[in-house]
Amino acid sequence: MLEVEKPVLTGSHFMNGDNACAEGALAAGCRFFAGYPITPATEVTERMSERLPLVGGVYIQMEDEIASMIAILGASWAGKRSMTATSGPGFSLMMENMGLGIMIETPCVLVNVQRGGPSTGLPTLVGQGDMMQARWGSHGPYEIIALCPSSPQEMFDLTIKAFNLSEEFRTPVLVMADEVVGHMSEKVVIPSPEKIKIHPRLKTKEKPEKYLPFKPNKNLVPPMANAGEGYHIHITGLTHDEKGYPVINAKTQQKLVKRLLDKIRLNRDKIIILEEDNVEGADVVVVSYGISARTAVLPIQQARKEGTKVGLLRLVTVWPFPEERIKALAKKVKAIVVPELNQGQISLVVERCAAGNAKVISVPHMGGETHDPKEILAAIKQAVKK
Amino acid sequence: MTEEQIALNHPMDAYLREDRIPHIWCSGCGLGTCLNTFLHALVKSKIDMKKTSIVSGIGCTGRVAGYVKLDSFHTTHGRPIPFATGLKLANPKLKVIVFSGDGDLISIGGNHFIHAARRNVDLTVICVNNFTYGMTGGQGGPTTPITARSATTPFGNFEFPFNLAYLAAGSGAVYVARWTMLDVRRLENSILHALNKKGFTFVEIISPCPTLYGRMNKLGNGLKMIKDYQKNTIINHKVDLKDAALGMDGKIVVGNFVDIQRPTFTEVLYDHIAKPQPNKKEDIPKEERKKIEHHA
Repeated sequence: MLEVEKPVLTGSHFMNGDNACAEGALAAGCRFFAGYPITPATEVTERMSERLPLVGGVYIQMEDEIASMIAILGASWAGKRSMTATSGPGFSLMMENMGLGIMIETPCVLVNVQRGGPSTGLPTLVGQGDMMQARWGSHGPYEIIALCPSSPQEMFDLTIKAFNLSEEFRTPVLVMADEVVGHMSEKVVIPSPEKIKIHPRLKTKEKPEKYLPFKPNKNLVPPMANAGEGYHIHITGLTHDEKGYPVINAKTQQKLVKRLLDKIRLNRDKIIILEEDNVEGADVVVVSYGISARTAVLPIQQARKEGTKVGLLRLVTVWPFPEERIKALAKKVKAIVVPELNQGQISLVVERCAAGNAKVISVPHMGGETHDPKEILAAIKQAVKK
Repeated sequence: MTEEQIALNHPMDAYLREDRIPHIWCSGCGLGTCLNTFLHALVKSKIDMKKTSIVSGIGCTGRVAGYVKLDSFHTTHGRPIPFATGLKLANPKLKVIVFSGDGDLISIGGNHFIHAARRNVDLTVICVNNFTYGMTGGQGGPTTPITARSATTPFGNFEFPFNLAYLAAGSGAVYVARWTMLDVRRLENSILHALNKKGFTFVEIISPCPTLYGRMNKLGNGLKMIKDYQKNTIINHKVDLKDAALGMDGKIVVGNFVDIQRPTFTEVLYDHIAKPQPNKKEDIPKEERKKIEHHA
């Protein structure tokens, strides 16, 4: 039986990834959720509909994912931590207002429990085909932060991390999960509230007369004033100056959009999380993320047993991409193997970063199931062959 | 007051972002009057301006939010209502006003419009209907009257338009009014009433676009269009809204059409579900449910 009044369900649970994601959001202080039912993300929405009203929050089922995405922006400007969760078709609809969220620098979290596509595709089966859409799916130049959980525990942990990053950098943050991670049940340990690190909203200390809502701090992030605090803020999706007023010219565009890109690019060391196992001294490194990184564990063990020096580099953060790390790695290893449940999206980025210094072997999969470990083992073996 | 002062001050200066004036609207456009009338109603309403947000979408009317000295949100095309929904539900102490055009609210934002009305989210929605897409150059849209010329209906419009008041009422709005921008006092009273009323309140303002809609349909300049409003307006508060459609014949039925009570989304959420109950998982008590259903 759920202890419905507590925002943080401290203890050990046997829980699926979607529910762990909802609990992570609540533990991070999320008090507004707008969503639309879609497999395989529905459990996040259902859990929020049950839990949020009882901890003083608001759950609303919107008419579609366009509305869900922009409703969480509105809620964030009202001062609440807000989230939505969806899958492929809904993610496509959210691209419009994810762009608005980036442009008007709104902290919020967007969860995509990826399924097979394109279009309606495989509603109940796994895919990782939205990784490039996350990076490029909204129009115009932008940078995004995207985290890839590999387990229900990480669905909890990384959802909290996503909220913290969104507040720290004033931008929408993506949790790019997948159907297997969303639906698998495992042990999820929820710490006590005082042990959960919460990044507070960066609020302005200026008086309303002097406040410029888009004047950045040293981190390139402008401190915020919420609606209703007497600041009479002016917020627009048009290219704007530090006052928030539209200025439609190349100079303002250069200044604003460059800062929006730089606040993520130049802070990438603070953002990027990687997990490395046996990478030092390896001849081959498997670079992967989400459920595919877990599928890779068995073939890596097998290859090591057979005498191949192979390591695993798991991208916990996929965007911004750890370009420097891959560049350095490519100079040390013979080959990099990239299994993912798409036709080679992240492997293209790895290839660019490797810049010919190491062979990059994509292990694509159309989705609908995870890789057969043998496919990854075969790729590792191919990698060490001259 | 010297002549110079008269020229320099506008009675609503305190509520406008003077540093954003001059506005972008054409001469003869009705939007200035719509905004001025709205501000008069806002001042009379005595609503705390510090706790009031105004949300627009995209278009000529979409620029209103940016000229008003409130918390102003100029969002994406068609999306001011769901943005406002998030804002209002996340902080119910805020007064949230949506001010946008017919293309924004009813075409690309039509789905959001009907659902917000259905939920009875506590929002005041003001829609300026000029029968065309002004910002992009006078294309036809969901309010363009049948047979009207526009940049995309060169042979005359052959789609039947929406009757916004009828649509709002059918979707569940608790207050529905329509006036032309010439009826400034009646319009001001309606906006004032809408601002002070709980729930989804809707005011449609018929307003001239002489530069595009007027020119393409040979309706004359702004003044001529407004004089035609004076001639053709029929006040009928009790009209059957299905008979209040707007066509090319010029007749404009206006009035305070709907004024009913229904619990708002927030009231239902907080009062009936989120309030402390001995067993949280219990259904809404029967009597409570009956009360809600009765209103719905």
